[in-house]
Amino acid sequence: METLSRRPATLRQPTLSEIFPETAVDAAAPAFALAHLEAAKGPVLWIQDRLSLREAGRPFPPGLGTCEVLHLQVSRAIDVLWAMEQGLGCPGLGGVIGEVWGTAPAVDFTATKRLALRSEAHAVPAWLIRRGALPELSAARERWRLGALPARPMPDDTRAPGAPLWSAELFRARWRAPGRWVAGHDPQGKDLVFGHAVGMEAAEAARAMA
Amino acid sequence: MPPRGPRPFRPGRTTMSGGDKLPVLAFPAPSASLPRPRAADPRQLAQATEALRQAVQGGPAAGRIDTAPPAPDKSASDQPVHEEIFTPVGIPSRRAGSRAPHEQVRGAAVTALPGGGIDATGDAAVARRILSLHLPRFAIERWQAQAAHRGEVLPEGTPLALALEGPHGPVIHAVNDVAQALGLAPGARVVDMRAICPELQTRFADPRADAAALARLMLWARRWCPWTAVDGADALVMDVTGSDHLWGGEAAMRAEIEARLAGLGLTTRMAIAPTRGAAWALARFAPAICGPEELTAHTDPLPAAALRLGAATVQTLDRLGLSTIGALRAVPRLSLARRFRAGLPEADPLLRLDQLSGRTPEPIDSPDDPPRFAVQARLPEPVIDPVPHLPALAEELCAGLVAAGFGARRLALALYRIDGEVAQAQAATSQPTHDPAHMVRLFEGRLDGLDPGFGFDLITLAALVAEALPTRQRRLDGAADDADDLARLIDRLSARFGVRALTRPLPAPSHIPERQVLWLPALHVTPHRFVPRPDRPLRLFEPPEEVRVLYAVPEGPPAQFVWRRQRLRVARFAGPERIAPEWWRDRPGTRLRDYFRIEDHTGRRFWLYREGLLGDGRGAEPRWFVHGAFA
Repeated sequence: METLSRRPATLRQPTLSEIFPETAVDAAAPAFALAHLEAAKGPVLWIQDRLSLREAGRPFPPGLGTCEVLHLQVSRAIDVLWAMEQGLGCPGLGGVIGEVWGTAPAVDFTATKRLALRSEAHAVPAWLIRRGALPELSAARERWRLGALPARPMPDDTRAPGAPLWSAELFRARWRAPGRWVAGHDPQGKDLVFGHAVGMEAAEAARAMA
Repeated sequence: MPPRGPRPFRPGRTTMSGGDKLPVLAFPAPSASLPRPRAADPRQLAQATEALRQAVQGGPAAGRIDTAPPAPDKSASDQPVHEEIFTPVGIPSRRAGSRAPHEQVRGAAVTALPGGGIDATGDAAVARRILSLHLPRFAIERWQAQAAHRGEVLPEGTPLALALEGPHGPVIHAVNDVAQALGLAPGARVVDMRAICPELQTRFADPRADAAALARLMLWARRWCPWTAVDGADALVMDVTGSDHLWGGEAAMRAEIEARLAGLGLTTRMAIAPTRGAAWALARFAPAICGPEELTAHTDPLPAAALRLGAATVQTLDRLGLSTIGALRAVPRLSLARRFRAGLPEADPLLRLDQLSGRTPEPIDSPDDPPRFAVQARLPEPVIDPVPHLPALAEELCAGLVAAGFGARRLALALYRIDGEVAQAQAATSQPTHDPAHMVRLFEGRLDGLDPGFGFDLITLAALVAEALPTRQRRLDGAADDADDLARLIDRLSARFGVRALTRPLPAPSHIPERQVLWLPALHVTPHRFVPRPDRPLRLFEPPEEVRVLYAVPEGPPAQFVWRRQRLRVARFAGPERIAPEWWRDRPGTRLRDYFRIEDHTGRRFWLYREGLLGDGRGAEPRWFVHGAFA
């Protein structure tokens, strides 16, 4: 099947997206969000609430690539939203990543709508990673469900995992059709590549990616 | 005297390099041959001012001329006659080589009279009262006060030393009294002193913090007199001329200073003398209050080290048999000038002697008070909500900051309740700012939880720390600067969630993953780039979580492990990557780590490590930990 690839950040207007990881502790969700951000634009404001930090770990800069991190640790979900809103007003940031653990009443339609509008107004992409939560009502323009897939084989070592792959399901999107893909980094170009669509016709997949 | 013969006379020279031809040389030779404007040298200016005053008064100047070296032949001089009056005793007005040799001999003969040219100093030079305040145990006492504040209490009778890193290991910087009684002294190596005193406790000294604390103490000491300055690493010098009567005389003032500093836990030694050099010497070697007449009597018995000379110079003087100031004073000036013709004041006994006796003035360069920015609003009626008053206060404060060319780095807001309670809030900024809107936003949300009681009637806003902030050209298109925006975001987030909550990673030289990254407050740290490593996880668990692992003993890869009550099968693995403990930091017995990158049967990738080897003599069974998660 033909490979559909794109430079996501250049083709798309910065907005608010949500990721619901399938399991709580893998690092696929932040890697997927980071793959959408441009490291050269500026530092990434990374906000974690207390449980996310304890259960899912702290970002480790040597493993993050070239992206520069400003890390903020707060205790409540509402503080994550407040800090994200402050960060989205600062065009010098390359992006804002917020992590909220569990179902939080504060993360409702109004709050996400504020974030989405602010993100679009200042052209700062925002990613909200919600672990252990159900996808309730939200104004996020794209909502992803993300899980880890067995990695590509390592060329030199058949027993070792190679470049990571994820199953990325776009279950709600404002400007395009939802779909499901096998996503991962392009082994040569390091760009994010949506390898092949799962359960979709070729034409349908192409329309979803357009 | 150095074995150096007189050099041949060279008429064309205008600079002074052959010092032998000169009668007296009290300060280093000018380096440039071009004549420089006299006003450029503050010391000469001070001398000229003093001499002018004496010339106007008449009396002292007449006494000085007797002991002055003879004026050079006026026919040979191209300078005006009054130059000689402006020049204090002992310093030649001209240094050109156009001087007849016989005058040199006469000059030397006059100054060679015992006690001749030195004791007869001008009255004005010794009319000042200088207080030298030596804090001999400042570093250790500051550390002890801080330790008591932290709650770190050493048992009574523990010898303690503060150490600094030296080229061959730590060197003692300061000792407490127990250690001093045991014979430990600053300057010795810690390992040597451990041999003398095995129970010696050592901590690291912080000379920069000491210097900052001394500078603060210097400003605080302006309660006694307006002219204070830091003098070296452990002393202050104060010009108390005309201030002592406010404290009931010099003795009472000295007792007051002693009592106040003792209240701060500081040991003091101080002396008041007419000159800075004498006060320095007396404070260290014989604390006393010394009047102008007793200057010679007080200082003569002191050792030569009391002259603020370098160790090498003191040693040379000792070898020459000049162990006291009195002995040095008896030496002809010409001989001293010949022997110690050095550039630095620490190596010039004659200059130091002149400073001690007041022949060479040594004014105290007292730094200005740091500017203080604070505004207040006295409200006619108590208010419950102080927030509407903040913008006006911030604007007033910023107007003051802008006028002085400063920006605030730390702000303090104090709200005074009418029943006497005071509520305070502080905010810091990562860059100096004088933007009122930004200041108000820093306190946004911080005043919500305050209990207003019956209301606030006084609000003060102060810039606790201010830094110079020159006006700067903004971008021409009027757009905001990205860097400015980012700095303000950092300020706001730090003000709201605390300085420790917003952090930036800083690379640290270590191989142990959790020590590779220091998360430091973003308010104080500039960004650093990390070298990306594909074999490192995206996230790190803090601390590593122990797991039960099924593996091929002794060094095989993990096959299956139980983590967070889930049984995970290892599908693929890469490794091991061995990371050895850092023997220079870790406790003895710390075990090595073998890291494996694994992928479980559902496709999640983790970073596992086995701590230790079976039979490495550092514990029983090796333990396994999950340390990170890969993308």
